[in-house]
Amino acid sequence: MAIADEHTALARPGNRGAGLSRSFGYFVRRYPLGAAGAAIVLGVVLMAVFAGWITAFDPTATNSHASLARPGGAHPLGADFMGRDMWSRIVFGARISLAIGIGSTTLGCLIGVSIGLLSGYFGGWLDLVAQRLMDMLQALPLLVLALVMSAALGPSIENVIIAISIPLVPTVARVIRSSTLMLRELPFVEAARAVGMNEVSIALRHVLPNTLAPLIVLATAQLGSAILVEAALSFLGLGIPEPYPSWGRMLSESAAEYVRTAPWLVIYPGLAISLAVFGTNLLGDALRDIFDPRLRL
Amino acid sequence: MGTYLIRRLLLMVVTLFGISVLIFVLLRIVPGNIADILFDAAGMVSAAEKHKLEIELGLDKPIVVQYVAWIGGLARGDFGYTYVSEQPALQEILPRIPVTAKLAGLALMFAIAFGVPLGVMSAVRQNTALDYVLRVVSLSGLSLPSFWLGLLILMAFVQYAGWIPIYTEKPASLWDELALLSIPAAAVGFRSSALVMRLTRSSMLEVLRQDYIRTARAKGAPERTVNYNHALRNAMLPIVTIIGIEAAFLVGGLIVTETVFNIPGVARFLVEAIRWRDYPVVQNLVMFIAIVVVCVNFLVDMTYALLDPRIKYQD
Repeated sequence: MAIADEHTALARPGNRGAGLSRSFGYFVRRYPLGAAGAAIVLGVVLMAVFAGWITAFDPTATNSHASLARPGGAHPLGADFMGRDMWSRIVFGARISLAIGIGSTTLGCLIGVSIGLLSGYFGGWLDLVAQRLMDMLQALPLLVLALVMSAALGPSIENVIIAISIPLVPTVARVIRSSTLMLRELPFVEAARAVGMNEVSIALRHVLPNTLAPLIVLATAQLGSAILVEAALSFLGLGIPEPYPSWGRMLSESAAEYVRTAPWLVIYPGLAISLAVFGTNLLGDALRDIFDPRLRL
Repeated sequence: MGTYLIRRLLLMVVTLFGISVLIFVLLRIVPGNIADILFDAAGMVSAAEKHKLEIELGLDKPIVVQYVAWIGGLARGDFGYTYVSEQPALQEILPRIPVTAKLAGLALMFAIAFGVPLGVMSAVRQNTALDYVLRVVSLSGLSLPSFWLGLLILMAFVQYAGWIPIYTEKPASLWDELALLSIPAAAVGFRSSALVMRLTRSSMLEVLRQDYIRTARAKGAPERTVNYNHALRNAMLPIVTIIGIEAAFLVGGLIVTETVFNIPGVARFLVEAIRWRDYPVVQNLVMFIAIVVVCVNFLVDMTYALLDPRIKYQD
């Protein structure tokens, strides 16, 4: 997967002038798995956007008559102990998962890019300090750091976003730093300096845009892990608070005891998490092959 | 080499010092100190008694003094006191370490036993149906939350075996224990094996294009020898790295899996301590995890030099 594919390199230049639909067709044919991933991600996004249209129940509305209702009838995926409709909860859960996933990935990338660009471009003591900071953050497993941060900040959506974004920072910072180190020695940077541009604008206008390719690849991969970490945090009861329908939390409420009595409460939320993450991973792999075949993730 | 080692060890100390400060500060952002929490739990209200408790716990001293007291205690092997069970924390933690270590060991064995050979197979048959299937399976390994996989396994046991492989009391023999732990280990190890497999595949693909592989084939070496002796040995370096990192980072997967399977290990203890807001214990456990990760990283770097004679650490 990490090998540059001669077809990609050859086909791309010829494809430049082609219309959007042709390059789309090319993408589907060349990367069928990536296209499947894109379709899954699109599906989850549509589910989140049109959640109100495709569900019949309020995801937080309880109904004692429907407690632990089996799948079928009014509740296609059954209902939980409090009689809340599973389908509605899963559809609205997509909003939470995407909000947390996209929010924390964006925040993590913003911080990571700033640190990586600064330390790579300007070097010196700044670089030294930044690198040690990244070492520290990387010495703790993602989930452990997110757990401690989420416990320290308290349960709320914003805090969960922050708690997940910080552990994502070092990877982004490292990748951006190494490509900045390479870019700053290139002739076009020297040319910009020769025309009298100041260092900050060179870093922002000439170096930063060139780090975009690895960043896109990395961000897609991190979106998947952010969604997984959110699910794990909520599963452990330290993530998204009630009443928001979070996929991970749905599993914690229904965990071990419902394995026997109400398997639908265990199967569907997990399926939703896995599909969403699987989609981003498939898409991420294809993007990596296109943008940055040598990057190993 | 000597200077490199010293510099490397110094960096480790700096990193650990930084983490200790980070954790210490983080856990003091929490609204309410441990005295408040204990008070809430006990339902006592007297302000004088609360103040007495704060003095007893050293919470009235400046934060720097508290930090030094903590690190000094750690250095002496004093892990503090868990407020919930009212025992020295070390007594709670020590018996849990072997359980988690066995689980992690089994999960890693699972990861290597499946990840490496399947990765080689996938690389050797690049772009065949087998390769596609293996790639999709490995990607799904990275996508399934390990706690869900654990729950599915439990469900399958309930449906078809009629019993649940849950750690209720300490199994009679080591063998029984390992058999019981192998099920959750598979749930955690699936993800690691997927990572190992993906990396083995991409690393092998790079090596398989080298000239010396063609030479080996040309001189008539059997396919198996070429793949495993010539190619895999040279593709091993990144694989060892990822295995090392996974070994240290396995804690993340263990946290949820130990919770699902009710295994009395260190990782679940961390979650429990966080839930009970027993922050002195959390602080020590996180520090312990960081020390393990930093040491494993160091060992991985050292293994490089053993595996690849071309690598020499210079100053």
